[in-house]
Amino acid sequence: MLRDALLQLHRDLKSQKLRTLLTVFGLVWGTVAVTLLLAFGTGLKKQLIKTTAGLGDRICISWPGLTSIPYQGLGKGRRIRITDEDLQSVRPRVDGLKRMSSEYSDGWKMVYNLRTFPVDVSGVSPEFGDMRNLIPVPGGRFLNDLDMRDQRRVVFLGNKVAEDVFGKGTDPVGKTVLFNGSPFLVIGVLTAKQQDSSYNSRDSDLSWIPGTTFRALTGRKYLSNFVYQPASALESKAVTESLRSALSRRLKFDPEDKEAFSVWDVTEQFQFFEVFMLAFTLFLGIVGSLTLVVGGIGVSNIMNVVVDERTKEIGIKMALGAKSGAILRQFLVETLIVTAIGGLAGFAISLGICAVFPASLEEYVGRPEVSPVVAGITVGILGIIGLLAGWFPARSAARLDPVVAMKM
Amino acid sequence: MSSRPEKNPLPTGRAIIEMDGIRKVYDTGKVKVEALKGVDLRIEKGEFVAIVGPSGSGKSTLMNLLGCLDTPSGGDYFIGGEKVAGLTRDALAEVRNRRVGFVFQAFNLLPQISAFENVEMPLVFGGVPPKVRRAKAAELLGKVGLGDRMDHKPTELSGGQMQRVAIARALAMDPDIVLADEPTGNLDTTSGTDIMGVFLDLWKQGSTLVVITHDMVLARRASRIVEIRDGRIVSDRAAEQAA
Ligand SMILES: Nc1ncnc2c1ncn2[C@@H]1O[C@H](COP(=O)(O)OP(=O)(O)O)[C@@H](O)[C@H]1O
Ligand SMILES: [Mg+2]
Repeated sequence: MLRDALLQLHRDLKSQKLRTLLTVFGLVWGTVAVTLLLAFGTGLKKQLIKTTAGLGDRICISWPGLTSIPYQGLGKGRRIRITDEDLQSVRPRVDGLKRMSSEYSDGWKMVYNLRTFPVDVSGVSPEFGDMRNLIPVPGGRFLNDLDMRDQRRVVFLGNKVAEDVFGKGTDPVGKTVLFNGSPFLVIGVLTAKQQDSSYNSRDSDLSWIPGTTFRALTGRKYLSNFVYQPASALESKAVTESLRSALSRRLKFDPEDKEAFSVWDVTEQFQFFEVFMLAFTLFLGIVGSLTLVVGGIGVSNIMNVVVDERTKEIGIKMALGAKSGAILRQFLVETLIVTAIGGLAGFAISLGICAVFPASLEEYVGRPEVSPVVAGITVGILGIIGLLAGWFPARSAARLDPVVAMKM
Repeated sequence: MSSRPEKNPLPTGRAIIEMDGIRKVYDTGKVKVEALKGVDLRIEKGEFVAIVGPSGSGKSTLMNLLGCLDTPSGGDYFIGGEKVAGLTRDALAEVRNRRVGFVFQAFNLLPQISAFENVEMPLVFGGVPPKVRRAKAAELLGKVGLGDRMDHKPTELSGGQMQRVAIARALAMDPDIVLADEPTGNLDTTSGTDIMGVFLDLWKQGSTLVVITHDMVLARRASRIVEIRDGRIVSDRAAEQAA
């Protein structure tokens, strides 16, 4: 039966060459539009996630500041200073807090092989690495709990620092550098990453040592800033509020005082971005779909002509006992085949374009990707259009009066 | 082929065709044409009925009703003991497929497919499995003398040959009755006589036939002649008694 349908289709389309060509072109174009638009959307989204994740995986970064509201007899403009102990003590009282680390930073001189390099150093805890996506190059590691407990003299280097100090091709892991005359063992190097935003310096230019070591060496008590991560990005506001109120009680400032410590909620940007991408994808999808609908109208038009031309044949088949369902099916299948041909050609073209997409542009817009979701959506739209385009001509064919039809 | 067991055994006492007071009105909006004005007709199994009458008298209308291609405006119709009135489109299609074989004046073969595929068509709609249906189509084309022309397209055949294909197609589902509307109308005299011979052979082998014709010579070779004028049967007699 499928063979019959294909032969019949071949004959029908041959008698309508130009019309068929234009219509299939419309379907191909529509499919290319939908798949490419969605593919670029997918690629762009992945790229943006990748670059924002450079800063951290849905984290909040916080800096102590000056109070802006008088509180319990204390004037405004008072500097709020936070210690690691403050953080540890409020931590159990904040629900939904997954990770937290204080960060002590300073510019130090690093000496290696009698050469001196200025380096930005941060003292942090092991959780910091997970939050900020600091992934070591294989063979190395980030700071761990033992480093922290024993105030070990170990350092994790940014990839740019490692390159500047050790040169390309040398593995710094296991080598020793001097910070203010004190020897530090290099335990790992950062895997190069894309990062579109930062505070202090870019991660490639930083070096990290255990927070306990930093404090022991410098005698610093108060942290420069701290980083925390809510269990769910959607709870970040609540976690921040809960943390603010816990700290306000301990450090005596008004819980409403937003300036006592400021927060950069990276997830906010992420949430906006999610909504934006959804709208963007929806828009692209609609534009492409409209193109496909126009193609579908063309197919419907052709099938109407085909039904007209084949009225007599339909009448004869009915006289021989074809039920309306058989006639309906015949025309629906033909329409679906036409749609499928256009869709497949469009898919092939889109895949081709994605395959030859220049790598040099990837940094900006990501790599367009015909994901299963994109493919599924396009197939769904094409299927619906094919069915609708075929339905009306097919139904009018199935409703013909055999006696009248045979006289055509 | 009549050796096959009958698919739809006829209830005792019933004729294959039973029409009572059949009327057909064509309503074309402005004018109403009463093409049949009360037709009573009974056709028994094994009869060869010729229907004659002037042009426009209602022969084709009667044929379409007999073959369930159209529905009457009034009256009762039973085919093979089965009441036709009130059947749905699809049920009528099934009755046509199982019980009726049509032969038309204009052949009405599908031009793009082979003679073989044309004969196969009713079997496809009847849901007959491919193996059986191919054997049947080949057997029937052999029977009408076209065993060596099975793969020819209708356009590659003569008028007489096309009508033979149409007859083979009409027989495909072993129908209760074969209906032919002026089957020789588009043929020259020789092929016309030739086709009439095919019908006579079928009758001798047990088929029930209804043939519309203008040609009284041909009509006289039937077993019974029904004459229609102005939508009514005006004479119904055995062929030997025909004037
Ligand atoms: N589809 C139709 N619509 C309207 N009138 C019709 C239709 N078919 C037949 N008629 C009319 O019905 C009458 C009988 O026609 P028909 O059965 O074709 O006669 P015959 O086959 O004997 O020549 C004629 O007057 C014809 O004009
Ligand atoms: Mg007629």
